[in-house]
Amino acid sequence: MNLIQSITSKVPTLPLFATSESRQASGAAEVKTSTGTNTAPGTGKAENKMRMETHDLSVHYGSTMGVRNVSLPIYDKQVLALIGPSGCGKTTYLRALNRMHDLTRGARVTGSVMLDGKNIYDSEINPVIIRRRIGMVFQKPTPFPTMSIYDNVVAGLKLVGIRKRNVLDEVCERALKQAALFDEVKDRLNSPGSSLSGGQQQRLSIARALAVDPEVMLMDEPTSSLDPQSTNRIEDLIHELKKQVTIVIVTHNMQQAARVSDKTAFFYVGDLIEYGPTNSLFTKPKEKRTEEYITGQFG
Amino acid sequence: MRIAFQEHLKNLERELHNMAEMVNQAIDLSITALKERDIETARQIRKDDIHINNKRFEIEEQCIHLIATQQPVATQLREIIAVLNIITDLERMGDYAVGIAKIVIKLNGSDPVKPLIDIPRMADIATDMITSSLDAYAARDVERAREITTIDDDVDDLYHQVTRELISIMIEDPRTITRSTYLMWVAHNLERIADRVTNICERIIFLVTGELVENINKD
Repeated sequence: MNLIQSITSKVPTLPLFATSESRQASGAAEVKTSTGTNTAPGTGKAENKMRMETHDLSVHYGSTMGVRNVSLPIYDKQVLALIGPSGCGKTTYLRALNRMHDLTRGARVTGSVMLDGKNIYDSEINPVIIRRRIGMVFQKPTPFPTMSIYDNVVAGLKLVGIRKRNVLDEVCERALKQAALFDEVKDRLNSPGSSLSGGQQQRLSIARALAVDPEVMLMDEPTSSLDPQSTNRIEDLIHELKKQVTIVIVTHNMQQAARVSDKTAFFYVGDLIEYGPTNSLFTKPKEKRTEEYITGQFG
Repeated sequence: MRIAFQEHLKNLERELHNMAEMVNQAIDLSITALKERDIETARQIRKDDIHINNKRFEIEEQCIHLIATQQPVATQLREIIAVLNIITDLERMGDYAVGIAKIVIKLNGSDPVKPLIDIPRMADIATDMITSSLDAYAARDVERAREITTIDDDVDDLYHQVTRELISIMIEDPRTITRSTYLMWVAHNLERIADRVTNICERIIFLVTGELVENINKD
């Protein structure tokens, strides 16, 4: 039993989707959709299985439609990048993936978001648990300002009632290591999270999201407030993290999308224009609008 | 650090070595087929050339993807451009091996007009040059690359020797003209292969120094 398993096995079982064991159990009978396994063009390699999938997903704000009928597969342990000009719906789409719009007044979501074959918008599903399984990292680092580095990382565990010091210690170390921050902060875990640099704070936010052992990480422009060096570190981190989690990233920086992702989806005024392997989308886009956007002719 | 990009570049270099290995094998086999008048092997070499061609396209595609997605600059850009050029040379060397295989088929098991000594030597030197040039590439060794280009002169000397010899055989006995001309083609193909290796060496110099050079040792 490795470290992560030994920790998660100590996490009390929650009603739905809770531990990695129950996940594996449900995983055995999962996603027999037509696109369940695919061969990536040109690689001859079998594609990872699908972790999430949206069907005809639309998000309305009052009478305006933010995202229109978007159907997309999200493959396990891959990075999906969402690109497009401002206001194209990419962040709106991202936030629908872990029911963040539940908290937005006047927002309405139609269609479905499947996670391991279950619609996360089903009435019996607890959104709090969904957000544990599908973590999120925002544009600006979001450390809890009054909390220490340690408490920031374990905040999610404490929230569900885990108090055992040795469990929290282990999770804190594991999450900080996964976020490539441990070595820089291990001697000052009790300093406030806000004492860290911007890049470190962002990695702290990532560590906090990782502490609850999510399967999917949503990243909303995670480097847009960072300097190039910190951006590089986060990009390397994404490359490491995708060995363990599935990542969906929204970025204004098209080059970043190209660098870090396996698949790319191009959005334009609420519509999904094109989706495909990043290598193909950036070398031979099928749609004229994609070509025009990625070559800088608009947006 | 750009870990992902560096992994891609390492993989690209591995693929380049694999392709060179395939080409070396094709050349070796073509000469063995010539010596043993083995038409079956010759036919197989012709068929298997598709694998070399596909490998070239595969690597080329990887290069295009890296340029499009990783925004390479400086040494990393030169590395990708060098690979793009080297695979063209390697692919053509594969075609020369096929050229030799076709001659084996044309000779159709007939007796050789002379003992095959110098031609296999040319092939040995040429394949050694390919291996050495890929080693120099891996080590980013400009000095080694320059040295390898001087070996091309030995291959040229052997080529001229073989040509002269075959011409005298043809003068002595015109019935050997067809077979002798075929052997001349073989020698010519080997001479071209060695020449292509010097192109690889030029690309190593470009990769390390950024200088585009031609005919390094021919001043």
